[in-house]
Amino acid sequence: MMSDALLGVEHLRVEIPTRHGTLVAIDDVSFEIAPGEVLGVVGESGAGKSITGSAIIGLLEPPARIAGGRIVFEGERIDTLSPDKMRQVRGKRIGTIFQDPLTSLNPLYTIGRQLVETIQTHTGRSTRDARALALEWLRDVGIPSPEQRIGHYPHQFSGGMRQRVVIALALCANPHLVIADEPTTALDVSIQAQIIALLKRLCREHGTAVMLITHDMGVIAETADRVAVMYAGRLAEVGPLRDVIKHPRHPYTVGLMGSIPAIRARQSHLKQIDGSMPRLAAIPPGCAFHPRCEHAFARCRAERPDLIVDGPSSAACWLYAPERVAVADG
Amino acid sequence: MIAFVLRRVLQSLTVMLAVGLIAFGLFRFVGDPVNNMVGQDTGDRDRAELRRSLGLDDPFVVQFARFLGNAAQGEFGVSYRQGRRVSTLLAERLPATLELSLTAALFALAVGVPLGIYTGLHRQKWTSKIVLATSLIGVSLPTFLIGILLILVFSVTLGWLPGFGRGDVVRVGWWTTGLLTKSGLLALILPAVTLGFFQMTLIIRLVRAEMLEVLRTDYIKFARARGLSDRAINFGHALKNTLIPVITITGIQLGSIIAFAIITEQVFQWPGMGLLFIQAVAFVDIPVMAAYLVLVAFMFVLINLVVDLLYYVVDPRLRVERLAVGAAGA
Amino acid sequence: MRDATALPDVPATRGIGAAMSRAWDSDLAHSFRRSPFTIASAAITLIILLAAAFAPWVAPHNPYDLATVSVLDARNPPAWITGGSWEYPLGTDNLGRDVLSTILYGSRLSLVVGFSSMLFAATLGVALGLTAGYFGGVIDAVLMRIAEVQLSFPAILVALLIDGVMRGVVRADMQEHVAVYVLILSIGLSYWVHFARTVRGSTLVERNKDYVLAARVIGRPPLAIMVRHVLPNVMGPVLVIATITLAVAIITEATLSFLGVGVPPTTPSLGTLIRVGNEFLFSGEWWITIFPGLLLVVLVLAVNVVGDWLRDALNPKLR
Repeated sequence: MMSDALLGVEHLRVEIPTRHGTLVAIDDVSFEIAPGEVLGVVGESGAGKSITGSAIIGLLEPPARIAGGRIVFEGERIDTLSPDKMRQVRGKRIGTIFQDPLTSLNPLYTIGRQLVETIQTHTGRSTRDARALALEWLRDVGIPSPEQRIGHYPHQFSGGMRQRVVIALALCANPHLVIADEPTTALDVSIQAQIIALLKRLCREHGTAVMLITHDMGVIAETADRVAVMYAGRLAEVGPLRDVIKHPRHPYTVGLMGSIPAIRARQSHLKQIDGSMPRLAAIPPGCAFHPRCEHAFARCRAERPDLIVDGPSSAACWLYAPERVAVADG
Repeated sequence: MIAFVLRRVLQSLTVMLAVGLIAFGLFRFVGDPVNNMVGQDTGDRDRAELRRSLGLDDPFVVQFARFLGNAAQGEFGVSYRQGRRVSTLLAERLPATLELSLTAALFALAVGVPLGIYTGLHRQKWTSKIVLATSLIGVSLPTFLIGILLILVFSVTLGWLPGFGRGDVVRVGWWTTGLLTKSGLLALILPAVTLGFFQMTLIIRLVRAEMLEVLRTDYIKFARARGLSDRAINFGHALKNTLIPVITITGIQLGSIIAFAIITEQVFQWPGMGLLFIQAVAFVDIPVMAAYLVLVAFMFVLINLVVDLLYYVVDPRLRVERLAVGAAGA
Repeated sequence: MRDATALPDVPATRGIGAAMSRAWDSDLAHSFRRSPFTIASAAITLIILLAAAFAPWVAPHNPYDLATVSVLDARNPPAWITGGSWEYPLGTDNLGRDVLSTILYGSRLSLVVGFSSMLFAATLGVALGLTAGYFGGVIDAVLMRIAEVQLSFPAILVALLIDGVMRGVVRADMQEHVAVYVLILSIGLSYWVHFARTVRGSTLVERNKDYVLAARVIGRPPLAIMVRHVLPNVMGPVLVIATITLAVAIITEATLSFLGVGVPPTTPSLGTLIRVGNEFLFSGEWWITIFPGLLLVVLVLAVNVVGDWLRDALNPKLR
């Protein structure tokens, strides 16, 4: 593991005890984020992307809990920090953006109040300074007439505007990493691009790394430097954006890329992957994807593959084990 | 804003009209007014004469209008049972009930809200569980039983507090108050606690439920993700959102308290309107019943109106007439 | 080569046995089994119910058979206090009646009135709620206005009023006969609103769903649609409200009887017994009022605990 990585997640395991047994939501997931880098985490609903984000900032909803592995941020372990110390990390060093801007903001407080409060919590500035900084941020995220709007309540903003405020709130303490959990899913398609562009610009300007969680490959393609593909609580593939898109290795990733319709190609029907992602309570042995995989063979059913390096990317697939030279069946 | 107030006032007037109709219906159709007023050996001719002089032969609408006119001036005729003017009777008894009710409401709020917040924030502590268990018992105890128990313990056994009557009262204009004398204040304690106890338990459970609900919202989650302190979250964000629905319920409960005073006044022989009403029901003293109904309805309607206006002031979402439109784009 | 997706084993899903084991395994039953408090409360409720139902056989005496009651035995304290005896375990009242027996008979009446008024309120409320929600329009508007107005008045007041009106309307000699019915009516009429509102809300939601639309297109009569489709979806919340209403109805009846405007004094309920006993509180004969009070509290408490558990168990958000 590189010692200069900003964030290192090592063999993370998140379990959810239920009365039917323990569910494993995240199963041995490891990845890194370098300073200033944008890592896109993509996968279907339920693949475990959001839980990974929650685990990193220590806001897993009980009874879910971290059952194994480590999370290292800027050289120190944060999964074992006391609640108070963790609270100091949140906001100031790791920011978060959630999906629904309507419910992310307290409806009874003006956005100015919420901004000033956050700024003051992390920088200890006077109210006047904090307010000035808040105004700057509002201007930066593109809110028109900020002096006027700063005294407005969340419901007086449109969805896109609200998300801009949320971005301001997440970035105003200048964190080194921002976890953006489906930041555009709840917005109109026409606005999504603007918000993504805004996020990209601000993070580049401030040198903030981003963990961009989404199910939308298009957003990833616009923004990410590297991509991590999650499936059933495990990592299927990780690699630089170009490489993963042009040369997907894991059959699941192949299927993902193949199902995105190309704008120029003529297709009679959309390709899809047969079957569906297994529920947490019914994950098959061996490779979680093998029941749906065209290339599955004996080893896939028996052993779960680790991430196997193949060039610039890694894929958790026995097809890329060093002893295999060509794809064989049987 | 004006439209809102106007609409509510109109609504209130409609309710009062409906109540007036019911009260008038009581007068006209329950029993015969003349028979109730005179003895058995009054001759038929005298009865007819009385009937005419009371205007009982006039058409329905005329009588109703007359009734409304009188009611608006506080004139409800003469009590069948006591032979005195109803308005005088009510005026004598009103201060006792109001003082009792307001004290009870204050008690319920002053104890209920903090306990509700405490049990909401500290769900797991055993002190919370004790409070909740007590509140469960409190909800199951009929008011009159609470009164009896309190009398048994504090009056009969310990002899600390009077369990009967109002103590010494001081006349201030047409109002009589027990708040200015020691015996008056002592006499107020047990009845007020009895009356307010049920409401207090309701408030505890309500505040707790609201608090728990609020603590699960997205904006609280976002506040935590921003690294705000527990104090800021619990007493800043959560509390304000919790208390708003509590205002409405409490306001309505005040009306409930005034009605429940009937029971408490019976147990403690407190000389208020409630006691008067009970005696009226047992005796079928229609004028008193009708007058009580109208008076209490008026108080309820007034309270509801005030609560609605309060809500309007406190919740910014209700205040904005039009959504502030942002500039082009999001 | 594609691997066939392995299907999990499907257990036998038919038959009463399977249904019962499903019920036992369900989340509802599970949370019930997990809470000893709730189990105890349900057991207590059941015991009281049975004791009250079989009062004539369970009670040691018949307190209303004047031949067996003697004033000489009046005001005896409970058995464990000097002056008392085990013949009258909880003491006697001012007329010499055994307190244990009176409270058993009394609880019978309290339960009958409580259950009946709750059922009345539930039936009326559910019916009106379904109607208002399904047909909408004027019917809905009128019903909801009435509900709003009534809700702004505490139920006790409504019950008192209806009771008082009945007194004025019914002839004196008929009063005793109809008193209980009037009581059930007035309490029931005070509590229909909560049922109606909840059911109306659910009906509005269901009414717009496709399967209801399909049924209407086929031409099923509204009543059938409401009963067969909407009603089952609504039973959860209705059940919760029903338990709460039961507790409240029992308290309301006790309160009205305590105030002297409930059941006639010849057939006392727990409330009446408390009222009578209250007069002897100051002279130290506390048992005449405390034991009926205790039974009332235990009963209502048990019902409330079950209701609370039901509400938590049926609320998916709180799991």
